[in-house]
Amino acid sequence: MTTTATRPDAGRSRAAIAAKTLRTDRWWFPPLITFLGLGAWVTYATVRVFMHKWYFVEEYHYLTPFYSPCITERCVPEAALFGRFLPDWWIIPEASLTLPFLLLFRLTCYYYRKAYYRAFWMSPPACAVPDGHQKYTGETRFPLLGQNLHRYAFYAAGIISVINTYDAIIAFRSGDGGFGFGLGNIILVGNVVMLWAYTISCHSCRHIIGGRLKHFSKHPVRYRMWGFVSRLNAKHMQLAWITLGTLALTDFYVMAVSAGWISDLRFIG
Amino acid sequence: MGSKRHFRVWRGDSSGGDLQDFDVEVNEGEVVLDVIHRLQATETPDLACRWNCKAGKCGSCSMEINGKPKLGCMTRMSTFEEDETVTITPLRTFPIIRDLVTDVSYNYEKARETPAFAPPAGLKPGEYRMQQIDVERSQEFRKCIECFLCQNTCHVVRDHEENKEAFAGPRFFIRAAELDMHPLDAKSDRKEYAKEHQGLGYCNITKCCTEVCPEHIKITDNAIIPMKERVVDRRYDPLVWLGRKIFRRDQLENEPAHAGVGGSGGGENMAPSNSRGVTGDAAGVPHSSGRLPEPPHLGPDGKLDVAELLSQRPGGPSPFGDEQTFPLPADRVTYHHPEPGKDDDPDQGGREH
Repeated sequence: MTTTATRPDAGRSRAAIAAKTLRTDRWWFPPLITFLGLGAWVTYATVRVFMHKWYFVEEYHYLTPFYSPCITERCVPEAALFGRFLPDWWIIPEASLTLPFLLLFRLTCYYYRKAYYRAFWMSPPACAVPDGHQKYTGETRFPLLGQNLHRYAFYAAGIISVINTYDAIIAFRSGDGGFGFGLGNIILVGNVVMLWAYTISCHSCRHIIGGRLKHFSKHPVRYRMWGFVSRLNAKHMQLAWITLGTLALTDFYVMAVSAGWISDLRFIG
Repeated sequence: MGSKRHFRVWRGDSSGGDLQDFDVEVNEGEVVLDVIHRLQATETPDLACRWNCKAGKCGSCSMEINGKPKLGCMTRMSTFEEDETVTITPLRTFPIIRDLVTDVSYNYEKARETPAFAPPAGLKPGEYRMQQIDVERSQEFRKCIECFLCQNTCHVVRDHEENKEAFAGPRFFIRAAELDMHPLDAKSDRKEYAKEHQGLGYCNITKCCTEVCPEHIKITDNAIIPMKERVVDRRYDPLVWLGRKIFRRDQLENEPAHAGVGGSGGGENMAPSNSRGVTGDAAGVPHSSGRLPEPPHLGPDGKLDVAELLSQRPGGPSPFGDEQTFPLPADRVTYHHPEPGKDDDPDQGGREH
């Protein structure tokens, strides 16, 4: 049988399917969990940042990452390793030097973008589910063009991770000033290790370390580093959530010890 | 033993259509495309469906199954409950032709606009040498079977028809990335092209293209984000800018990289191809002003040739060009001459790269 091909119809219209989505699975569940998780964390962090107390355990030099480095006049002198040069006004967080960059780093992170575009902005809430907007220009114009600032934020996050590492190291202190080791140290070090893992697994880092190369064969060391970062990068989403957890846990533990709700479990000193 | 399952299949064309109900027998090991074929064999012989290999390699049977963009041949019926209604609809993003068949010209026009691979000047076919380590990233993108599920699910065009002109879609971002990462591609400004002409900035990294890819290509992580980062390199990174200024690389880059191939800077060589395509769909041209699809060659009886042996031109067009005659003149043949002692045994690692 011979036949000629069907010509595309001149109407050029899409199939008239009335339902907005025909998905039958629980597509709304992941964005809902993301919405609740991120919402809860942001609420906790905001409350803690503006609480202006219970951020430092002087005896063991535990400083919560939410207040590091502590630079307002309100800071306990022992916690203020970088000086106290900002005024004591309630709207100024103790860590004003770092928080904006950390916020920018997470806001422009390629994983968090996916998370909040889906969960908060509904653009789209899930695959093959219509997005909630009449017009869409993506990241082509202000303010979303600013997502390209991720590279700057990554550099800043690297420096801030060094500060957090320093905080974790000087916390190995006993009450009398000698070497000490307690549960708080495990939590602080665990948090820093995870923060480094999250920072290094960043897509910008993967690009800078070797992704930008055209010839891996000419750069064997960078190729190996790129391979390592690529393996970590595959876990970027998990690390993003793990670090939210470790940050909140570290802050809560320091708050609880500082407020006297619990005492630090000491192994040495 | 088979069992009767309930299906809803969208039937219609551009003038309208609806979901029609069918009860079809389903046997163990079958996929959705088998059910479509059973429908064609029993109740609806005129049900239109595009398919070819039934092995997930041709990318023809893209459809939406229970609202999810999938290949009909790779969706097992065992993934559904016995009493679950399976709804099958055509791809939403493209104009409908009939039933489950859509007009995917948009993709072919975007493909046509993408500047092709350009080898360095002076390097003839047969002289290309690359190391595996340098091409393996690009090879991931060569797995693409062009099923266009990623193009269909991308909300930039799925939910906003007006973006089709400016946005090429994930399939062509992996093409841009493939060529930009290619060790022998001499065009240096594919990132600029991706930004200016493919609409890379429209992508907001929601990763639906990666989710639906039947070849499991990491479209977002390995192609789109690296391309976005390469754009950042050129436009937004302070350290790169400083490095260029200090080492005067900006002047180097403005010189032609290879004579005859052209340099960078988003110049003329990186302008999209001006080929108009068949329908003008990708450029947003209304159908009436686009070139109509060309009908196949018909014989004097008004029918297609029965076999290509009787056609005016046997087979498809020659990859060497139709004006080429064989055997080729000896001075135009380029190939690698084996050298005694060097190329005797390829396992000895004597090949040059």
